[in-house]
Parts: sequence; C-alpha cells; structure tokens
Amino acid sequence: MKWKVFWAFVKKEFYHITRDKRTLLILFGMPIAQVLIFGFVISTDFKNASIDFLNHANDETSFELIEQIQSSENFKIGRILYADHELEKGFKDGTSKLVMVIPEDFSKDFYNRNPIEIQILTDGSDPNNAVTLTQYITSIVGSFQQQKLKIPENPQQINIETKLLYNPKSISAYNFIPGTIALILMIISAMLTSLTIAREKETGTIEILLVSPLSPLLIILGKVAPYALLSFIDAILILVLGFFVFEVPVRGSLILLLFCCLIYVITSLTIGTLISAVSKTQQDAMMRSLMGLMMPSMILSGFIFPLTSMPFILQVLGHIIPTTYFIEILKGIMLRGVGLEIVWFPLFVLFLMILFFLFFTWKNFKTRLQ
Amino acid sequence: MRIENKNIIEVENLTKKFGDFTAVNAISFTVKKGEIFGFLGANGAGKTTAMRMLIGLSIPTSGTGKVANFDIYKEAEKIKKNIGYMSQKFSLYNDLTIRENIRFYGGIYGLSKSEIKQKTEKILVDLDLKSVANKLVDSLPLGWKQRLSFAVSMIHDPEIVFLDEPTGGVDPYVRRQFWETIYDAANQGRTIFVTTHYMDEVEYCDRVSIMVDGKIEALDTPKNLKKQFQATNMNDVFLKLAR
Repeated sequence: MKWKVFWAFVKKEFYHITRDKRTLLILFGMPIAQVLIFGFVISTDFKNASIDFLNHANDETSFELIEQIQSSENFKIGRILYADHELEKGFKDGTSKLVMVIPEDFSKDFYNRNPIEIQILTDGSDPNNAVTLTQYITSIVGSFQQQKLKIPENPQQINIETKLLYNPKSISAYNFIPGTIALILMIISAMLTSLTIAREKETGTIEILLVSPLSPLLIILGKVAPYALLSFIDAILILVLGFFVFEVPVRGSLILLLFCCLIYVITSLTIGTLISAVSKTQQDAMMRSLMGLMMPSMILSGFIFPLTSMPFILQVLGHIIPTTYFIEILKGIMLRGVGLEIVWFPLFVLFLMILFFLFFTWKNFKTRLQ
Repeated sequence: MRIENKNIIEVENLTKKFGDFTAVNAISFTVKKGEIFGFLGANGAGKTTAMRMLIGLSIPTSGTGKVANFDIYKEAEKIKKNIGYMSQKFSLYNDLTIRENIRFYGGIYGLSKSEIKQKTEKILVDLDLKSVANKLVDSLPLGWKQRLSFAVSMIHDPEIVFLDEPTGGVDPYVRRQFWETIYDAANQGRTIFVTTHYMDEVEYCDRVSIMVDGKIEALDTPKNLKKQFQATNMNDVFLKLAR
C-alpha cells in the first residue's frame, strides 16, 4: 500500500516537471549549455591569438621566425608595425593580444650567437591570458633557436623537465567537467527541490497533503525522489559529454564515482529541504539557494579560483561547502584514478553534512508543528 | 432526520498559545453527526488556528478534543483518514488535468485502482465534467474548481469535511450552487464543518458559533441567535458581537 501511495505521488511530481518548460530547461538545457560554454568559450587553450610585429631587422631570419610563430596555430599575424608609437594600437582597440619587437641585425647576431633581446609586450589588463601567451611564445622561440642552430634547447647544465601529471596537455576541460557536474547536481538537487516544495506552500496544496494520511517523511521523499533520479541522469549526461566532446577520462572506478554522486545528491537534497523549510515562497527559496548556495559553491569550492591562494577566512568558508569536497572526490576518481582509500575522507565529511542538515530540517519541522 | 444525536466532534477548553499571545482561548463545543456547523469569526479571531488543531496541522497547548471519536493528540493519524479538507487557498494542482487530480488524491488516500476508476467516473458525471476531463484544471472557471475541490476532498468517503472559506471570490449564484452540493453531502450523512465570511451562507447552517478574540462568544441555531441578539439578520448578530 505504501509503495502505491508513493508511486502516485512520484507520478504527480513528474507531471509537474514535464509540464513546466523552465524546469525542463534547467534540467537538460543548463547542463549541456554549461559544459559547452565552459568547454569552448572559457577555454584557456589559445587558438589564433592575434600578434603584431614591429620588425626593425626586416631580414630573412626574422621572417622565418614570424612564419614559425604563425604556423604554430596558437597565433595569427595581426598587423606589421613601423614605429614605436604604434605599439599599443592593437591593445587599445582590442584586436591584438601580443606585440613582438625584433631588434636590428637579427640575422647577423643570431648566427654569430650574440645575445639578442626580443621584446614581448602583452596586455596586462588580462593577466591570465598574458602569462599563458608569453609562455607559448617563449617555447616557440626556443624551438626556433634549436632548429636553426642545432643546439640543445637549454644550454645550461641543469635541465628542468616539467610534466603535468594526469593532464599532460593542460586541457582545461579536466578542471571544468568535474566542477560542472558538482554545480549542476547542486542546482538540481538543492534549488529545484526547494522550489518545488515552496511552490506547494505558495499554492496551499501542502496543507492538503499534510491533512492527508501521508506521513511528512513520505511527502518529502516523494518530492525529492524524482529530482534525485534526474540529477543522476544529468551526472551521466555530463560525464558522457565530457568524454566524447572533450576527452575527459574516468580513470578510477565508475561504480565508486556514481556512489559518490549519490551521496552528494543526498547532501544537496537535505540542503534543499532545509531551504524549503525556512522559505515561504518560491522567490524566497530562489534567493536563498542562489545567494547561500550557488554563489559560494561556484566561487569558494576551488572550481574557478584555487582555494589555497585565498585569505584564511575564505578558505575556512570554502571548507564548509559540500561542493569543495565533491570536486576533490571527482578529480581524484576521474583524473588521478584513485579509490576509496583516498576519497574516504571527503566522503565522510559529506556523510556528516547529511546528518547535520537532516537534524536541522527535523528540528525546524517540529517547531513548526507546535 | 439528517442530524443524529451523536457527537462527532467534542472539544473542551482547547487552547493554543504562540508565546505570550493566546490565539485560541479555552473553547468548548460539540458537533453532531450529520450537522452543518458554521464556524465564524472576524479575521484574526482564531478560527483558522482552532480548525488547524482539529485536523492535525497544529498541536494544542492545552485542552482536550475528539474528532470522529479519535483523540486529537494521540490518534491524529486515524483522524486524518476520516476527514476531508478543503482549504481557502485552492486545493487542486493547476498544471494537472481534472482526471489526474482526482486520481492523485485517490492515490494518496490509498484507494484501490478500481475504486479510483469508479470514483473518477462518478465525480466527472456528477459535476458534468466528462467532456473536459483531460483539460488542465487551470482552464476551469473558479466556481467549477471549488466544486471539484469539494468533491475531491470527499474521495475517501470521510465522516467529516472541513471547509475553510470554500466560496471566496465567486458570485452569489455560484455560491448558492455550491451550498446545494454541501446539502447533498450532508444528506448522505456527512458532517460539514465550515468557516465563512458570507452572512447569507450562515443562514444555511444548522448551528453557528461566533469567535471573538480567541473565545466562542455565541453558539446556537441562526434563528435562536437572531432572537437572542434582537437582530433581523445574521449580519447584525455578527456586528453586535464583533464590536
């Protein structure tokens, strides 16, 4: 009998979801859009950044260097400049990212192995990009030198060889796919459930449900179960998108990964029910979940900005956000291929959070009844 | 005779306090089986709070109460199975069809598949809604929604139906129609506990209680109340008490 009642409830919830275009858009439009936007727009891998040249040498070797830079695919040639006062022109109108100044007698000095100073100007108003582009150009110039003069890349004795483990090509998708999964699951599990319960409060139907023989626990479970299922589908959708479009692997156990997703979804659901318990209207619930949950999850979880470089107080805040721990788990399992022996700690923290939020929801519910 | 000599609601010294504020102050009354009991009061007089205690949405601070012979403290779950409730806010889901709404409420009251089918059919025929059964409730006029809401609140054949201002916002003709369905339900032996603001509706009730500042100040048939307060209609009775 209990199952039949539960099923009747879940069915009704699916009617609500499938008939509301906004909910559907959040459920399926948002994860796809977010993955693709993060993937193609906020990519830190540069293609065809425009570079201007002020070539004082105008000799063969300098042309060869310019050609090599262009053939790298990271850069495309913007304008050829003729005087110093033109240097900033490209930055000011926003058409170029970089200016390279090649000194006179470039060929002669190059083959005589005299020290040469090539000047690189970058747009410091966009410091992250400027640093990345400078690294690119340095390595291109280095390999140009190596090819033409047949000397080892690094003439010094100590040769530093860097290797980016787990993400050798420094693909930004490796960072944002786990982050996006964490955010989307949070939005669906916490925000949508708090909205759907707040909606029943707003329309007054929650009272009818509470007067019915349904136990409050069954009402809550019936409301959150469809969203738990749908967030699972979304998690898999994002994993598949990440794998096929951006080649983000899952190196560890898929079963463990999905189990961790389940724990995180439950954490978010308990937060969602807590939010709905204290909110009277949908707008209220929306504001609380956006300001109290989405913003901190995005900014303080280490998804966009590294936690370790934040002031102490923000680091503390970052560590009370479930998303922080979940991203840690995801990166561990997906990229480093680790198992339970490593991720047990963040998983344990999530468990504690579930207990904590359940306790408060229960307390809040009791005081409401009295 | 529709009204039986058997109490179906018994309340004694029922009190509800919110901090220092006493919303319901030691009210006592009884309702007989089959009766249409009007529960009146100005806004904020405490009638919604009193009603919420009877239907298990709120725990009383003190006093005793029995609804359908079950204790309101210990047997709230049994009470819930034996009462229907229609709130002043609208009780149906606008984004579900008429048929889906009926099925849903049948489902949560644990009716079997065949019972749900049979009830759905009966409600659709009784309310003449067969042709629009698969339309969203949103598309119905308010008066129809209220009648459907009332029918749905009785889907599990409860002994008592609590109606909280069921006819807000509709014209007198539609209200009249609604009261005919209330009489139909009462004639089938159901007890009706109704709050309202419309004094013309009060005349339809068998007995009426009027709450002022958390207390029941008057309780009798509309006829006796008018005599007692030397008024020509219930409106005057209400104004004399509420002032």
